[in-house]
Amino acid sequence: MTATNGSPLLAIRGVKTYYGNIIALKGVDVDVHPGEIVTLIGANGAGKSTLMMTVFGSPQAREGRITYQGQDITRMPPHEIARLRIAQSPEGRRIFPRMTVLENLQMGASLDGLKYFDEDAEKMFVLFPRLKERLNQRGGTLSGGEQQMLAIARALMARPKLLMLDEPSLGLAPLIVKQIFDAIRELNRTQGLTVFLVEQNAYHALKLAHRAYVMVNGVITMTGSGRELLENPEVRAAYLEGGRH
Amino acid sequence: MEIFVQQLINGITLGSIYGLIAIGYTMVFGIIGMVNFSHGDVFMVSAFFALIFFLVLTQWLGVSSVIVALIIVMVISMILTGLLSWAIERIAYRPLRGSFRLAPLISAIGMSIVLSNFIQVAQGPRNKPTPPMVRDVYTLWDANGYAVTLSLKQIIIIAVTIILLAAFWYLVQKTPLGRAQRACEQDRKMAGLLGINVDRTISLTFVMGAALAAVAGTLFLMYYGVVHFADGFAPGIMAFTAAVLGGIGSLPGAVLGGLLIGLIETLWGQYVSADYKNVAAFSILVVVLIFMPQGILGRPEVEKV
Repeated sequence: MTATNGSPLLAIRGVKTYYGNIIALKGVDVDVHPGEIVTLIGANGAGKSTLMMTVFGSPQAREGRITYQGQDITRMPPHEIARLRIAQSPEGRRIFPRMTVLENLQMGASLDGLKYFDEDAEKMFVLFPRLKERLNQRGGTLSGGEQQMLAIARALMARPKLLMLDEPSLGLAPLIVKQIFDAIRELNRTQGLTVFLVEQNAYHALKLAHRAYVMVNGVITMTGSGRELLENPEVRAAYLEGGRH
Repeated sequence: MEIFVQQLINGITLGSIYGLIAIGYTMVFGIIGMVNFSHGDVFMVSAFFALIFFLVLTQWLGVSSVIVALIIVMVISMILTGLLSWAIERIAYRPLRGSFRLAPLISAIGMSIVLSNFIQVAQGPRNKPTPPMVRDVYTLWDANGYAVTLSLKQIIIIAVTIILLAAFWYLVQKTPLGRAQRACEQDRKMAGLLGINVDRTISLTFVMGAALAAVAGTLFLMYYGVVHFADGFAPGIMAFTAAVLGGIGSLPGAVLGGLLIGLIETLWGQYVSADYKNVAAFSILVVVLIFMPQGILGRPEVEKV
């Protein structure tokens, strides 16, 4: 499904973001359509995570416009953006270290005041059985992989329409990466969840995504379907080196 | 022995008041990493609210039951002090968030001066007394002509402290608001991403700290029967010391620190020198900080991330 017709769910137009005087995003355009999995690949420091956070208004874009379902969200505070059912599993996972796994999940479900908590938590335990075993353990004591699962589960607890994942494969064993990517594909297929995925693990991301963007130094340099980019020699040379695949 | 038990009772009473104030310091520090130096004066203002409304109720409105009057006064003082603290945060601290670290601290010291000077001008520089509110005293036992007594005032103070702490602990540990507060404390940015209104949560933290300070202020007024515009300073510093001693950021630590400071102050005053009781309290703080920089119940700063 590479249908890009209709209006996008998330539209990023000419966005420039600065840290102080240093420009991190130099005018970025990205579209994410309903029901799509879109991935953004690029090297370390390209500005991928900055783009994720800019969508959430933290930091805010200095120039350009971000719209979600046609609504301008460029100047909205992060908590109001979250209320539009955009959820993020951010860079560095940002698990609350002194809260238990259960409390971290409850934080994810804050928007609905835990109305669907039990039902949704059960789904998360099916997806990530490990979380159930660790339910009363503090977030800070989990392994990196477990924290990653928790960060994704916490984002899903918000019942998002748009799920933004920042490097869900970072630091994880290949088997768990596969498990997480399978879970994302499944959620997309069965529930029509829209996913915007930032990855350094380009091979898996491109295989998973309907469409993809390549970012270099704060600029989008290439875009196309996942397969197109996977076969593109430049992408292969830059991001799929090593012939692991 | 009798004297020791008596001083223990006195120390726990004083420590309860310190503990209630210390919670305000520790919570605000926990959530925004700032020492709210105006908190002691907020406590002092709350005692004045209590004084004013106690007199209004008993003298003008003719409320004859002291307990009823006290409860009403406490609630009014909690509300007004909460509003005051909300306004202070809004005016003096929020605009400075994201500024350099010392900015809100300096602003807090300024706020402290504003509050005490305002009360000095508005209420006069002398002690403001109330008629004794609660007089009952129970003799626990009498030995060699020294009676160990427990006054109703002391029972009220200790009981109110215990009840409030239990309620407060429940609020912070078990309710969505408490969870949001702890989340903001641990990772403010992430809390925002999950839809928590961080500014509002911080405001509520100030209001809650102030409400507890107002309880302490009302109890202080009931206990000593007098309040003075400079009364925010000493209890404020003592409560801050208590929060640091117990481990700043930790709620049980604040209470434990409060009790310890109260006990040190009274026991030192009894057995060593009444003039040097503050020196004793601060010296113990110094010693504890040298050997346990995070305080007694504070967490070490090592976390796996």
